[in-house]
Amino acid sequence: MVRVIVDGTPVDVPAGFSALQACEAAGKEIPRFCYHERLSVAGNCRMCLVQVVRAPKPVASCGFPVSEGMEILTDTEMVRRARRAVMEFLLINHPLDCPICDQGGECDLQDQAYGYGTGVSRYHEPKRAVTDKDLGPLVKTVMTRCIQCTRCVRFTTEVAGTPELGMVSRGENAEITTYVEKALTSELSGNLIDICPVGALTAKPSAFHARSWEYKKTDSIDVMDAVGTNIQIQARGGEVMRIVPRVNDEVNEEWLSDKGRFSVDGLKRRRLDRPWVRVHGKLMQASWQEAFVSLARRLDGVSGYQIGAIAGDLCDAESLCALKDLMTSLGSPNLDCRQDNAWYDLSAREGYLFNSGILGIEEADALLLVGTHPRHEAPVLNARIRKRFLDSGRGRFPIAMIGHPLTDPTYPAELLGDGPEVLEKLLDGSHPFAETLQTAKRPMIIIGHGALTRPDASAIYDACKKLAIQTGAIAEGWNGLNVLHTAASRVGALDLGFLPGTRGRNASGMLRGDVDVLWLLGADEFPVDKIEADTFVVYQGHHGDAAAARADIILPGAAYTEKPGTYVNTEGRVQRSFRAVFPPGEAREDWRILRAFSEVIGKTLPYDTLDALRDRMAEVNPIFRQIGAVAQPITQIEGQGVSAPSVPAVSAAQEEGLAASAFRPVMQDYYQTNPISRASPTMADCSRVYGPVRAVAAE
Amino acid sequence: MLQDKDRIFTNLYGQDDWRLEGARKRGDWQNTAEILAKGRDAIVAEMKASGLRGRGGAGFPTGLKWSFMPKKSDGRPHYLVINGDESEPGTCKDREVLRHEPHKLIESALIASFAMGAHAAYIYVRGEFFNEAVHLQTAVDEAYAAGLIGKNASGSGWDFDFFIHRGAGAYICGEETALLESLEGKKGQPRMKPPFPAGAGLYGCPTTVNNVESIAVTSTILRRGAAWFVGLGRPNNAGSKLMAISGHVNTPCVFEEELGVPLKEIIEKHGGGVRGGWDNLLAVIPGGCSVPVLPKSVCETVLMDYDSLRAERSGLGTGCMIVMDKSTDIIEAIARFSRFFKHESCGQCTPCREGTGWMMRMMDRMVQGRAELDEIDLLEQVTRQVEGHTICALGDAAAWPIQGLIRHFRPEMEERIRQYKAAHGGTGLVQVPASGVPVAAE
Amino acid sequence: MNTHRTPQEQPDSFAFDSASEAEIVTVLAKYPEERKASAVMPLLYIAQRQMGRETGSAWVPVAAMDEIARRLEMAAIRVYEVASFYTMFNTKPVGRYHLQVCTTTPCWLRGSDDVVAACKRATGIAGFGETSADGQFTLTQVECLGACSNAPILQVDDDFYEDMDGPRTVALIDALRKGERPPAGPTINRCGSAPEGGRKTLMDSVHSISENK
Repeated sequence: MVRVIVDGTPVDVPAGFSALQACEAAGKEIPRFCYHERLSVAGNCRMCLVQVVRAPKPVASCGFPVSEGMEILTDTEMVRRARRAVMEFLLINHPLDCPICDQGGECDLQDQAYGYGTGVSRYHEPKRAVTDKDLGPLVKTVMTRCIQCTRCVRFTTEVAGTPELGMVSRGENAEITTYVEKALTSELSGNLIDICPVGALTAKPSAFHARSWEYKKTDSIDVMDAVGTNIQIQARGGEVMRIVPRVNDEVNEEWLSDKGRFSVDGLKRRRLDRPWVRVHGKLMQASWQEAFVSLARRLDGVSGYQIGAIAGDLCDAESLCALKDLMTSLGSPNLDCRQDNAWYDLSAREGYLFNSGILGIEEADALLLVGTHPRHEAPVLNARIRKRFLDSGRGRFPIAMIGHPLTDPTYPAELLGDGPEVLEKLLDGSHPFAETLQTAKRPMIIIGHGALTRPDASAIYDACKKLAIQTGAIAEGWNGLNVLHTAASRVGALDLGFLPGTRGRNASGMLRGDVDVLWLLGADEFPVDKIEADTFVVYQGHHGDAAAARADIILPGAAYTEKPGTYVNTEGRVQRSFRAVFPPGEAREDWRILRAFSEVIGKTLPYDTLDALRDRMAEVNPIFRQIGAVAQPITQIEGQGVSAPSVPAVSAAQEEGLAASAFRPVMQDYYQTNPISRASPTMADCSRVYGPVRAVAAE
Repeated sequence: MLQDKDRIFTNLYGQDDWRLEGARKRGDWQNTAEILAKGRDAIVAEMKASGLRGRGGAGFPTGLKWSFMPKKSDGRPHYLVINGDESEPGTCKDREVLRHEPHKLIESALIASFAMGAHAAYIYVRGEFFNEAVHLQTAVDEAYAAGLIGKNASGSGWDFDFFIHRGAGAYICGEETALLESLEGKKGQPRMKPPFPAGAGLYGCPTTVNNVESIAVTSTILRRGAAWFVGLGRPNNAGSKLMAISGHVNTPCVFEEELGVPLKEIIEKHGGGVRGGWDNLLAVIPGGCSVPVLPKSVCETVLMDYDSLRAERSGLGTGCMIVMDKSTDIIEAIARFSRFFKHESCGQCTPCREGTGWMMRMMDRMVQGRAELDEIDLLEQVTRQVEGHTICALGDAAAWPIQGLIRHFRPEMEERIRQYKAAHGGTGLVQVPASGVPVAAE
Repeated sequence: MNTHRTPQEQPDSFAFDSASEAEIVTVLAKYPEERKASAVMPLLYIAQRQMGRETGSAWVPVAAMDEIARRLEMAAIRVYEVASFYTMFNTKPVGRYHLQVCTTTPCWLRGSDDVVAACKRATGIAGFGETSADGQFTLTQVECLGACSNAPILQVDDDFYEDMDGPRTVALIDALRKGERPPAGPTINRCGSAPEGGRKTLMDSVHSISENK
């Protein structure tokens, strides 16, 4: 620790801290534009100037390292004068268009101009104007507002790993551009809007829609992937206007994927806002009463074994728990949350989790990706891998992948092979990367659903686990065998045991016609035509996607922004979201629909408040008591010995041994992977601009 | 005045053979191994004793700079980087070394590199010096072929490589950290300091950046001894220096002169006198455009060295003076510097990026007189707001000429404004539309 | 309007020819393998020269920058940044002869305005940055060329023509138009940067230090 005196107050800070960090530690606010905690230090805006005693000139505190006994003054005439000077320079070429600027109200330049600006301009020369750039469907540019802080350049280069933005030319002609006009290819490009301290980069889809102070802000969890990104939903008048990330260093730092941010306009379109009942082959509008009654009639006399339920990817744990309880009360063992037919090692919770935690990536020193392309499946998590790659330095974080990636992973990764057979070579040590894993102290293997949805998934998993044990990826104090999920609901559903019970059918069995009545809880990610023609389908969900069109009864549910919910992310972290707006029309929170229907058929679920339901969830699996943290294995709580779902699970039939076929990508088109994003015009735009990436021929 | 026998650059004008054979005749490459045999510490000590101050403009003691290099390598290589990005307006001395004394430079680079534990030296030659770089490359090839550099350079046992890297038109690359950035294949944008190059310079390795002339005099100083060098010049301003005269003199030229000689004497002797006689002198910018201008009154007596010019609130800079006679529009002369700095600002940090353009535009109006009297004060304030707030010294360099102008020639500026008002009847704030036609504002 | 526009007319592809490839080998040998990004400026020069050889216009098209990025394993935008930062890389086509007049104070004091006027007169170019109607000449205003004692300077491609004035500028341009290349250097009676009419120092032809000892 180093002792620094800030405005007369001594503070102890770690060596290597900058003067700015020391000032913050001392509770002093230092104005800044170019400095950003998660980006490299540029030192170019000069707003953070402070006085260091015995230094002849004011110093830029963001890049000035502390030293023992250093005296920093943050509020002297010299400092104020310097900052006012910098502010004046920033403003001389900045347009006075705050009233029509989307950044207005949340603009660093605007805010700091209150402190250091003057009311009049002394600049009587022509102002600079800069042509706007077309960066694609998501980021709007007004380049005349740019203050050349280069945060966006550093973000794309460092965090996103798609170095496409740069500052070209020089002097006052310097401008931020892609040089050759092109859309940014990052799945994290929306974060540019957040890091831009002025209104140069704003959100294109929501341009001129609202002002920042009009929003009602609600904390929530993103469901577009299984990372569990902490988000804030910003709504105005019952409409979700904008979604921005919240800071959570353990999960998403302060980033949000583009799908999570920009699918928001999908929440207003193709919504199921009233119940529908199919009469004589045609879907007819109905009241809740009519829908419930007709469903109750259909179920009447049907054996529990002939009823099944499949849960989709966006479900909250509450509705999963309620549906499971309902099915149980109906005597049905036919439950499955794996609409993609994924196989998991369900013998222990570790079998389906990202065990090292997302934070664990920062400790890993070698990485093997098996059948996964994190850049698409979990962009924010991919940024963490890239961060680790950059932080560890040249060649110190070797990364290899099995399965051809659709796009550049954003870090150098050695392609070991297209299919799982290369795992054998890693196991017998004949492949050189085996040595790399072996010598690593904390090797990590990430298995994706490109592997887990194959018929030979269990063989692949077993091989990976064997490799993990062999190379020390599973060792005392370190579990680097990680499953990367893509569905926000999946881990929660597995934790609740939303799986086939004794003699129960799995998802493919139910679709094949093993059940007479099939209840789809937001399940849309399978070919609907696979459903046997005479199966009676109940679709409970929020979007009129493919499955709803096939349904015989539609029960309109709530999207994730419209209900309080619990989600368990890929690392097993239990997180809660709150309701930002009400569901449209007749649509209702899903667990309440299930509770109401249970009453209609006389099998009333034993909870009628959210708290009671959550107690029930905790009863099913105590991890639901550990909100926010990565849930500890159950063995460590309440002395229970069971860490896996208490029902024996039936999985898709598994082949013996590793097949030779190449891994197929989990998603062909990053921008359209669920009912909400498919309903979003913005995502459709992205899909059109970036194109569904075609799988690269394996052979 | 320096005598011919004490000159270091004996082929300054290229009057003799600049290639290896000619250089050897002039004494280069003689017993180089013996000099290296004195050892690192002895060489650095000798350089310190010589009192040599950096010839690139800042005047930092060269021997002291070398001593900042780590004594032992921590595994990272050390580098010597020679700054040949001579771009300061008025300055044209290193060009002569590059094209006419390349072997003196290469030999000295070997010695200097040895003294700081470097096995490789890069020289950054400004891009416009294409033919000069060709000369230097020829000399490098000759030196390799003769075994003077390369493995076991000159039989000293020290391996030494010398590489030429050409710039491409950016004054800012004369700033040492911008030069390193450029050498690494990036835009020439200065780095924040600390860390200093001696700790983390080229490729993050310990690096010393020296001016061409600072390096090139090394071999001679070590041959003839520190005492000889100290014997030239004045205390704390030791030795001889390459200087140049440009502008309104009868014979502009480059020459080597002792430090501490009166400016007037230099102009008379080397420059052949001011055009139209000494009394026709208006002002002199003594060391490249970023040092403040000296009015004639100061030029009468001031000595050409670091400390004397500092005392006159100017500086020796590169030692290359720009002479202006009474026909000069001094405001335009300085305004052209403002345009230069605006053109050369790298655009990285705010005060310089925005301030150089502002200063240039105000100076352009001052040239015409299309301004208000109190805008002279505003201009002065803008220079103060740029000065000292930037990452590198370009902001300061852009500010100082204007400050010097206002300090010494304010009456001329005011007169110009009055004349403009008289001619155009303009009162009130002058708005300047992009088309350039002045329109009075409401 | 401050706008960086890449020229519309861009060749679709660019490949280094064998002469360039040979130069690239020597360039890459100068820098540590893992630091080969250092070679970006030399490679831009090589590409520009090759374009000059092939098309008569020494400039760097985007395709060449992309090829350089690929060679040096850098992001293309980093090459664009470098190419646009340094003034000597022409990111748009130029004439066969690139006339670069220094107009900074030392040259201006000694008559660079006359040189500029002469250039315009002799080529028919109206303003800086323009190319003559016949495509032969591009006139560029440059800042200090670092040869101030030989001011004013007119740089034609790589060569400095020193101590210029209006008539000598016209004569030079006429010669260039005829396909001649007058020798570079001072255009008046002086040796390099020695005073006009003969040097005043170094009067002995060779000064050997060993003799002085």
